[in-house]
Amino acid sequence: MNMMRLKQDTVTLAHGGGGKAMRDLIESVFTSVFQPDGMEDQARLMDAALQKPGARLAFTTDSFVVDPVEFPGGDIGKIAVCGTVNDLAVGGAKPLWLSAAFIIEEGTEIALLRRIVESMRIEAEKAGVRIITGDTKVVGRGSADKVFITTSGVGVIPAGRTLSADRIQEGDVAIVNGVLGDHGAAILAARGDMMLSTDIQSDCQGLGHLMQAVCAAADVQACRDATRGGVASALNEMAEACGLAIEIEEAALPLRTEVKGVCEILGLDPLYLANEGTLVLFVPEGQAEAALDAMKSTEAGRDACIIGRAKQGPKGQVTMRTLFGGARIVDMLVGEQLPRIC
Amino acid sequence: MQGLRIRVRGQVQGVGFRPFVWTLAQGLGVTGHVLNDPEGVLIEAYGPVASLPDLIRRKAPPLSRIDAIEVSEITGKSPADFRIIASSGTGAETRVTPDAATCDACLAEIQTPTDRRCGYAFANCTHCGPRYTILRALPYDRAQTTMAEFPMCPDCASEYADPADRRFHAQPIACPVCGPRLWIEPAHEDPIAEAAARLRHGEILAIKGLGGFHLACDARNAGAIANLRRRKHRPAKPLALMGTLAMIRQHASPTEAEVALLSDPSAPIVLLSSNGTLPDGVAPNQSTYGWMLPYTPLHHLLIEAFGGPLVMTSGNLSGEPQVIGNDEAREKLAPFADAFLMHDRDIARRLDDSVERITPHGPMILRRARGHVPGTLPLPEGFEDAPQAVAYGGQMKAALCLIKNGQALLGHHLGELDEALTWEAFQQADRDYAALFDHKPQVVAVDLHPDFRASRHGTARAEAEGLILQEVQHHHAHLATCMGENLWPLDGCKVAGIILDGLGLGPDGTVWGGEILLGDYLGFERAAHLSPAPLVGGDRAQAEPWRNALARLDQAGLSDWADDLFSDAPRDMLRMAATRGLNAPMSTSAGRLFDAVAACLDICSAGQSYEGEAAMTLEALALKAPSPDPHHAYHMPETPNGFDVSQMFKAIRADLGNQTSIQTIAWRFHAGLAQTFATAAAALVKDGQAKAVALSGGCFQNALLLDLTLRALGDTPVLIHTKTPANDGGLALGQALIAAARAKATPESM
Ligand SMILES: [Fe+3]
Ligand SMILES: [Mg+2]
Ligand SMILES: [Zn+2]
Ligand SMILES: [Zn+2]
Repeated sequence: MNMMRLKQDTVTLAHGGGGKAMRDLIESVFTSVFQPDGMEDQARLMDAALQKPGARLAFTTDSFVVDPVEFPGGDIGKIAVCGTVNDLAVGGAKPLWLSAAFIIEEGTEIALLRRIVESMRIEAEKAGVRIITGDTKVVGRGSADKVFITTSGVGVIPAGRTLSADRIQEGDVAIVNGVLGDHGAAILAARGDMMLSTDIQSDCQGLGHLMQAVCAAADVQACRDATRGGVASALNEMAEACGLAIEIEEAALPLRTEVKGVCEILGLDPLYLANEGTLVLFVPEGQAEAALDAMKSTEAGRDACIIGRAKQGPKGQVTMRTLFGGARIVDMLVGEQLPRIC
Repeated sequence: MQGLRIRVRGQVQGVGFRPFVWTLAQGLGVTGHVLNDPEGVLIEAYGPVASLPDLIRRKAPPLSRIDAIEVSEITGKSPADFRIIASSGTGAETRVTPDAATCDACLAEIQTPTDRRCGYAFANCTHCGPRYTILRALPYDRAQTTMAEFPMCPDCASEYADPADRRFHAQPIACPVCGPRLWIEPAHEDPIAEAAARLRHGEILAIKGLGGFHLACDARNAGAIANLRRRKHRPAKPLALMGTLAMIRQHASPTEAEVALLSDPSAPIVLLSSNGTLPDGVAPNQSTYGWMLPYTPLHHLLIEAFGGPLVMTSGNLSGEPQVIGNDEAREKLAPFADAFLMHDRDIARRLDDSVERITPHGPMILRRARGHVPGTLPLPEGFEDAPQAVAYGGQMKAALCLIKNGQALLGHHLGELDEALTWEAFQQADRDYAALFDHKPQVVAVDLHPDFRASRHGTARAEAEGLILQEVQHHHAHLATCMGENLWPLDGCKVAGIILDGLGLGPDGTVWGGEILLGDYLGFERAAHLSPAPLVGGDRAQAEPWRNALARLDQAGLSDWADDLFSDAPRDMLRMAATRGLNAPMSTSAGRLFDAVAACLDICSAGQSYEGEAAMTLEALALKAPSPDPHHAYHMPETPNGFDVSQMFKAIRADLGNQTSIQTIAWRFHAGLAQTFATAAAALVKDGQAKAVALSGGCFQNALLLDLTLRALGDTPVLIHTKTPANDGGLALGQALIAAARAKATPESM
């Protein structure tokens, strides 16, 4: 390994200058980890799956600016890989290749970069994707916050698979793959140095294998990655698109006691907390058991459960049947949760 | 021949006005006619007419409200007789009056053994009975009400057709032969007797009333009340009571004004000082009980058979609105009720009971619903030609408002809009009132808060229909509501509004709620406010008063006291959240200051089981303070950061240390808050910046705070709420006035 070539232990503006310092940084920190044989500015894609009749290409991009960059259960690098892998996966695609572009703030520790890059490598390997192209920029202090990462991803959707929210039918059941809000709660706790946080880990994980398994076992009508805005926003988008109402059961929501605790103290609703490895999907009621079994057979789906169903009702309205039996509307939020009680 | 044309404006349709004029005309020997038109009632009369206008004014039917009588002389050929002319044209029949309590004449009939309506639970006439609650569609006409399923028998039909009869054109007219039927489940041949017997055994009954189902039990039976509270998951929120005046007098001493309010056709729940003779469970820790008189024949028959006061609380699942359908009741109320007293007249429109109280300064309305809607309120001078506007109100006590032709239709209390059924009711109310008022708005007003469902609804409507959208700051709207109901003219001078409220979003992105706003209908400036404190956990701070105390005590350098008071609570995490601004917006809320003080006195510290519990308990305590002294009110000095409350918390701690009673501490807090704001607002009037002070916001439901503020204001001119709620139930009126005023001021925007 050529790690020794870097003299400094923090990133300087010279590392972004385009000269030898920059080449050293890229080679020692990035390409040597992602593609030891060398990366190219322009990757050329070849895969057997691409050649199959009816297969379609899926392409997505996302930027990651999470603060703090390292948190219980993950770091920005892990999210950058999982996020894009999941974007592809929930659309029904098998994720194959990623690009990764870094914007690095002057002064960022090289050691931190190395940790981030290593966790990207591990996550890519787990997900079965390759990081095949990338870019690096260095900006002055304060122009970015440590590291921002943009990943783009390409995958292949096999013939005959169409996941789309407008396919959801009355009676279809909504399934989540696991507990809600862990990522959001972990980030909040990490940011606030809150003592109780020790138990809460981000749920950050790739969902590619889980999606392949469940799609093979059941007719998944639609699926959403419940990231920013949480499960509430994912459900609202789906309800909007299918023109039905969706009702979930408060009693059925999988929530960790610790997450509930953080939410109660901070006055936040776990349905709106961000996740980085939680999805909501709809299958016909008759296939719910098969879907659940398939999901539970994967690591990311061990705690899969049914949380609600699509039904006739006001178009696009998501409600939650509460523990006392009333139905509360679960809205999309305009901004952050602002107090409303007069 | 010489005659008079008499135009009567106001609430004069659907209240028996034309037959009333007809009867007067018969008595005087006058000829001519009377008719309804879109402007009200129009009379043309010949003969001995001189006394007619005065008689109309003095003897008008009980449910009418005359805003104006205009008289002019006419000449013409005298007709042979006096006629009621059938209505023509649109608008005339669209008026629906509010539901009204059973009148004395109908009550006498159901109690008279020889009367054909003796013991009949659905008797009504032109002067009483259901109106809005049975309305399915317009125009208001039997066929469009839930009475359509009951064809009139010949007897009812002839009463209906006779102008001399009390039931002339009474749309819900009914009798035991042709009208709705009462029964009880499990079945029994005498439903009233059976219901009374079950109540005597301590059972809980679901009773279908006028605007929804109630859950009833014996108000003297502590066990039954405890059982009801347990089943309903309602630990402490006061329960309403129903009884005859004689029954009420055994448990309270209503004043003349209170008796008059109880006996009003709107038959509201009236808060009366309790004498402690009913179980505490009726309204734990409160000094007043909410009483209402029986307001339907069914209630009269039941109370008479039972022979005592009943708890009558709304029949609903926790958080949901009242149940109105029979099947819905059987399903949803089954866990609560031992039996169901039901009938087959459908409830078309859900309406809660209105809640009011009498203060030394007049009536105060806390919840405006049954008996008030769809009545209209006159608007101040200057709004006659303002553009039609619709305003959508707030989030928690939603009510909408339409204005048109110098009149406002302030809709009924709907409740919390995140509740799916309430949201449905909100949308229905939006359609209903628009139709009732024949309303075509040019302007839509909403609160500044982007996540109020009502704000989103209004914004979407304005966008879809190309209407002018006006976003109105919450407390500016409260101020304008108070100005509007007091008929403060559009071009009147500025008013200094003391707005003590829960919270509303300010234009600066922080959360306001303890303000003096200097303004008019067009705009305002923030003249003064409470010092802000972090609202840790956002809305959670409302549910848990200790959070507000922690924030205030930390601010005052009293963290050690907070550590003692809240030793079991997650203080570290809250402090961290406050420091880092994690869901901890800064707020000047007066409501949360009440909560903070309450928590310091160990009142509802960990949690309130209903909105306002801590503040209401604090008020009840303060009212018991022995010989309160205005010179010992807690001082809140004005600083660049607002009225500072740190000294007050230090004083409270010292008072607790020297054994001052919590009643006295509660009183000193009320008085300090009142004096602080009154002094600052009065100064604005004194130096000519404002012409009067207005008092609004939810905290002014607190009669003691109102009284102390008025006393501290001395002879400064003051506007207070008497017809509209000071809470968010009145918000939409102010929103509509502000939006219309702005649109009128900038006609190019129209
Ligand atoms: Fe308010
Ligand atoms: Mg994306
Ligand atoms: Zn009557
Ligand atoms: Zn009849």
